[in-house]
Amino acid sequence: MKTNHKLNFRNMVEPDRVRKEVYTDEEIFQQEMARIHETVWIYCGHESQVKNAGDYVTVQIGRQPMIMVRGKDRRINVLYNRCPHRGNMICGDVKGNTGEQFRCSYHAWTFHHDGRLKNIPMMDSGYKGTRLTKDSPELCMKRAARLESYRGFVFASLAKDGPTLQEFLGEAIVAFDDMCDRAPEGEVEIVPNCFRVIQHSNWKLFMENQIDALHPSVTHQSTGRAAHEVEKQLAKKAKSGEAPLSYHMLSAFATVSIDKWDNFQTINFPYGHCILTGYMGLRPQDPDTLAYDRIMIRAYGRKRFEQIVGVNIHHVLVYPGLSVQSPLQQLRAVRPLGVDRTLTEIWHFRLKGAPEAIYRRSLAYYNLVNSPATLINADDLENFWKCHQGLASDGGEWVSFARHHGRDIENKGVVSSGPNMGTSEAPMRNQMKAWAKYMSGAAQAGSR
Amino acid sequence: MSGLRLQHELEQFLYRQAELLDGKQWQAWTELFTADGIYWMPPDASYKTWDGQPAIFAEDRNLMAVRMGRVLHPDAWSQRPLWGTNHVVSNVVIRKVAKNGEVEVTSRFHMMELRRDDVRHFAGQYTHHLVKVKKGYAIRLQRVDMTNAQAAYDYVLQVWV
Ligand code: FES
Ligand SMILES: [Fe+2]
Repeated sequence: MKTNHKLNFRNMVEPDRVRKEVYTDEEIFQQEMARIHETVWIYCGHESQVKNAGDYVTVQIGRQPMIMVRGKDRRINVLYNRCPHRGNMICGDVKGNTGEQFRCSYHAWTFHHDGRLKNIPMMDSGYKGTRLTKDSPELCMKRAARLESYRGFVFASLAKDGPTLQEFLGEAIVAFDDMCDRAPEGEVEIVPNCFRVIQHSNWKLFMENQIDALHPSVTHQSTGRAAHEVEKQLAKKAKSGEAPLSYHMLSAFATVSIDKWDNFQTINFPYGHCILTGYMGLRPQDPDTLAYDRIMIRAYGRKRFEQIVGVNIHHVLVYPGLSVQSPLQQLRAVRPLGVDRTLTEIWHFRLKGAPEAIYRRSLAYYNLVNSPATLINADDLENFWKCHQGLASDGGEWVSFARHHGRDIENKGVVSSGPNMGTSEAPMRNQMKAWAKYMSGAAQAGSR
Repeated sequence: MSGLRLQHELEQFLYRQAELLDGKQWQAWTELFTADGIYWMPPDASYKTWDGQPAIFAEDRNLMAVRMGRVLHPDAWSQRPLWGTNHVVSNVVIRKVAKNGEVEVTSRFHMMELRRDDVRHFAGQYTHHLVKVKKGYAIRLQRVDMTNAQAAYDYVLQVWV
């Protein structure tokens, strides 16, 4: 039975449902890595993570261990973390500074920051007359096929051909514009801490959950209610009559009921990207916000300022591996480790030129929602694990994405959930549409 | 107070702190803290303050009340399965004693956690800033430096360590 479906990935995905093997089959996972993650643009990191020449971070693209490094010429390179000699990994740490060169710990071959061979001990005596000469390309550390950066966010693609980064991102590029535009200086800087959390579930479960507007009030009821109780007490005691915003961020998970989530909207793009609109009350009229507003108006003028803070985004999903909450300046990068294991790397950014209080406000969300002691994601991860267990069973063959199916509004390749249908499963349908295209070998999943 | 007696009192206090966690006596545990007390788990040992920085935990009594309320809520799905911890606290070293009786004391902990059928281990150093109160001591700051702090978390932490 299974093998029949494997023959044709398109058969595994119907407009409103998906075969369960898509989540649990090891072979399909390997194909996904090759055809999706090791082909499309994958987020490597932010330029501010590697400020100085020789600074590097390691990053996983699909199954490939990579290094993002800043060269002496200030350019950023993304290289395979593999020595061309006998395969030793060049960097064994997650980050650091490699100095003037990379030096392999096994036999001391050295490389420039762009991967070019610098020196091999005994090159002349040892390799004379062999197939290797100093300019053999196979003596260099292999580079990612393509590398592009947008407003400081670095992406690499391991495929020679394909859309440019901007073509690939399409309208989802707003994730980075929205984040950077909210900075008076038009740039963000990474906060040098990464929360890393492993989920015991397939990577797609995470991507689907991020823009599942129906789940918060069910999954996160416990934290939402508990936070709401404390919020009420604090509001009573406070001079302003209001509790700190961080309590609202948590209580909203329960107090925003399902019908209110329906007022939100999902906008779905080619390549599987998605925007969930909706506002988390991030524009209050407290003194901190007003001070920030004044700085922004000085920097941009009132008209542009209103445009910037009026951008109505809750979440942007860049398929297949990035979930961005631009109004809160944080993102989660998804690194599949196996068919049932997924690492999320969670980062926070500072708005350059914004007051400290604005940083602290989104920091509260970073700590409370996104830290390894999260009050929110604990229940998501529990669901993911349970989903994965259930899907691995023979209790059923399909995963349903039928909610509001047939009511989507399509316009030039962009699919919106219908009015008052924010909880539509349109984003999941859209992701699986892109998935099927990638998997069946369509060179560009964005094309129709 | 003799050094031995103080050492003994502090050790008893630290054992009680750990026992309240293992016994899921959340309310009693939060009451160990002063009204402005903080529970802090930095993501890296180099951090000097909990304030205004990324933190795995940085909770005052109000946030502790949220976490406690969540854990006790019937719909705390991830807390439904079998779950428990076992702390061992040792290597108790008194670092500072102020005239007013405030002390800074460090210790090492090892926590084994069972969730469903999975066992995890966490270990590290506690730093306690304690103030004298009628009944003994209260926690102004409990700093928890996990040896695992920078490692990837396999699943998450739901309750204080
Ligand atoms: S494996 Fe790197 S120098 Fe030999
Ligand atoms: Fe969630």
